[in-house]
Amino acid sequence: MSDPAEDGDLPADKGIGNAVIEDSWRRLASITPARIALGRAGTGLPTREVLRFALAHAQARDAVHLPFDSARVAAEIAALGFETVEVKSAAPARDSYLRRPDLGRRLSEESVGLLGELGGAPADIAIVVADGLSSTAIHAQAVPFLTAFKARIAEAGWSVGPVCVASQARVALGDEVGELLKAQAVIVLIGERPGLSSPDSLGLYLTFAPRAGRSDAERNCISNVRGEGLSHDHAAFKLSWLLKEALARRLTGVALKDESDLLLIGGHPPPARIG
Amino acid sequence: MAYRTVAGSQTYAFADLKDLMAKATPLRSGDMLAGIAAATAEENVAARMCLADVPLTAFLNEALVPYEEDEVTRLIIDTHDALAFRTLSHMTVGDFRDFLLSGIATSEVLAAIAPGVTPEMAAAVSKLMRNQDLIAVARKCRVVTKFRNTIGLPGTMAVRLQPNHPTDDPAGVTASILDGLLYGCGDAVIGINPASDSVPVLSELLKLIDGIIQRFDIPTQACVLTHVTTATEVINRGVPVDLVFQSVAGTEGANASFGISLATLKEGREAALSLNRGTLGDNVMYFETGQGSALSANAHHGVDQQTLEARAYAVCRPFKPLLVNTVVGFIGPEYLYDGKQIIRAGLEDHFCGKLMGVPLGCDVCYTNHAEADQDDMDTLMTLLGAAGVTYIMGIPGSDDVMLNYQSTSFHDQLYLRQVLGLKRAPEFEAWLQRMGITEPDGSLRKQHGTHPLLAAAPGLAA
Repeated sequence: MSDPAEDGDLPADKGIGNAVIEDSWRRLASITPARIALGRAGTGLPTREVLRFALAHAQARDAVHLPFDSARVAAEIAALGFETVEVKSAAPARDSYLRRPDLGRRLSEESVGLLGELGGAPADIAIVVADGLSSTAIHAQAVPFLTAFKARIAEAGWSVGPVCVASQARVALGDEVGELLKAQAVIVLIGERPGLSSPDSLGLYLTFAPRAGRSDAERNCISNVRGEGLSHDHAAFKLSWLLKEALARRLTGVALKDESDLLLIGGHPPPARIG
Repeated sequence: MAYRTVAGSQTYAFADLKDLMAKATPLRSGDMLAGIAAATAEENVAARMCLADVPLTAFLNEALVPYEEDEVTRLIIDTHDALAFRTLSHMTVGDFRDFLLSGIATSEVLAAIAPGVTPEMAAAVSKLMRNQDLIAVARKCRVVTKFRNTIGLPGTMAVRLQPNHPTDDPAGVTASILDGLLYGCGDAVIGINPASDSVPVLSELLKLIDGIIQRFDIPTQACVLTHVTTATEVINRGVPVDLVFQSVAGTEGANASFGISLATLKEGREAALSLNRGTLGDNVMYFETGQGSALSANAHHGVDQQTLEARAYAVCRPFKPLLVNTVVGFIGPEYLYDGKQIIRAGLEDHFCGKLMGVPLGCDVCYTNHAEADQDDMDTLMTLLGAAGVTYIMGIPGSDDVMLNYQSTSFHDQLYLRQVLGLKRAPEFEAWLQRMGITEPDGSLRKQHGTHPLLAAAPGLAA
């Protein structure tokens, strides 16, 4: 189809030179994490890009299967001043977790008993920290996010139940936790499924009046919370905006649109005012 | 009504039509998760043998999802075109397969019967078909749609340019759009999945894409893939919207979990039509689907996931979409376990959609927790190219840095065009040539210096 003379350099006196056609807009690659201006070998990717991709895929595959260090995460969250409790879903292992999402949405019998025995006063919000599909994300993002969100909690004066650190857990596990803790709303921090460039991305899900059987249309989601994505501070601001609206309007989901960006100052959230 | 057949030394009984369909479907993890798959390989084939003898009229008389409980079933039954079905009315499912493969079923005949084919009929016959059958018949189906260009002409394949960015940063989004255009992508749509669902952010993204389309007079359309109710709100605020997007599924309950009904879709379409922005046609809707969504929403009624996926195309059909795509490997290994299941599902979905007259494209993709890799995607995209897929995705380097999955790339579509001789939408192909991006044969020109499109690049023109 294409003329061979157009494909790279073919100097007659030096044999076949570099067959890669570089893109003249390579400078643009510095302004996005997307894989742009990769150049090409014929219609295909240059060798360097094929291998760079293969390495990233291998790392993401490994991240899915990295064991969740729930004890360490719980201890770090406790050090921030939160009460914590470790719970497990009904999925006994990673393999069954991947094949049986229904098990990851339910608490194990033992964990149901554990939360039932806590018997604290009803709280405004329950917080669940769930491994999801990337324990790497929770290891890296849960504590810095909760540090930022703690200031928003103090600003608004919300009461918070014990933070549940949940293993082999999916988003809907928060519904059962929120119901058992008699919380008005539940926030689930969860490891999103790892991308090639982002094995450590955190997702935040907010559900008003949590109870088993809530559909995803009844939740609000903030995704891509990580160093190169949405900052912890900005995510904490967005979540507190949504939570204020949710508690005032007594709903979450498609009827609650995020308009927190209107309050940004120069692209940044206003600082939390405490006291 | 119960069904029964003898295979080998065993007699197999199936409680009803939906049980028979579930047992006859090629094995996949989602049906196992639902507890409705065949228990043995022999039972699976016995069910297919039994299904082959079922008359097509059975699907009009025995609803798999109850008529009284489900508006999708009511839509399918109430709008069924009996006249178009007349050619098929005497056939069994097995006869239907033979007919579709025969020379009698020309492109014209297939277009004429499409309104008479219910999703359950399409799904049933697909269960008797091998991958090559799914390719051979889909290739004969013609579904042409228009907004600012013409999509679906024989020998063409379009590409959605998907410039996603983790924080919707306008400069980053622009960089990906320019990269895609310079690789000859974007005739299906320039369509972004926003990270945010904030109305101000969505409005800015729409203005950004529309600005590039206007500035360079590109014969294509823009879309920000947000909830249909949000798009309607954006339209009411006077923001330019070309296509209205929505994810849809095959049951009323699953659609409710997406926060929509048929009435919501109708309102969204009317809002988009009111803007009258199409220059060649008024196909203003863009839908996405995918096997497993109804089970995921616990709204599957015990029906197999492939049949429910075909019912999603019945949801799309009355709204005359410009584009529909099955996001085949996105949902995860609990529904489609590995490369083999993803490839089969992609071919089934494309076939069922085309047979029903829907402009089906495919997001040939996988996630990092599935047992699949780039080699599986190469296989599926090549098979779909041969099957005449309406469009595929174009994502920089296959890596969606916002949605965290891998799809087809700007490079992949170049490979398919070269190997299979596929052209772009003609208006877009002509634009690329005018802009000096492609040669007359459609291959990329080597760019020297700064291309005029790069004048839109943030910080590069200086």
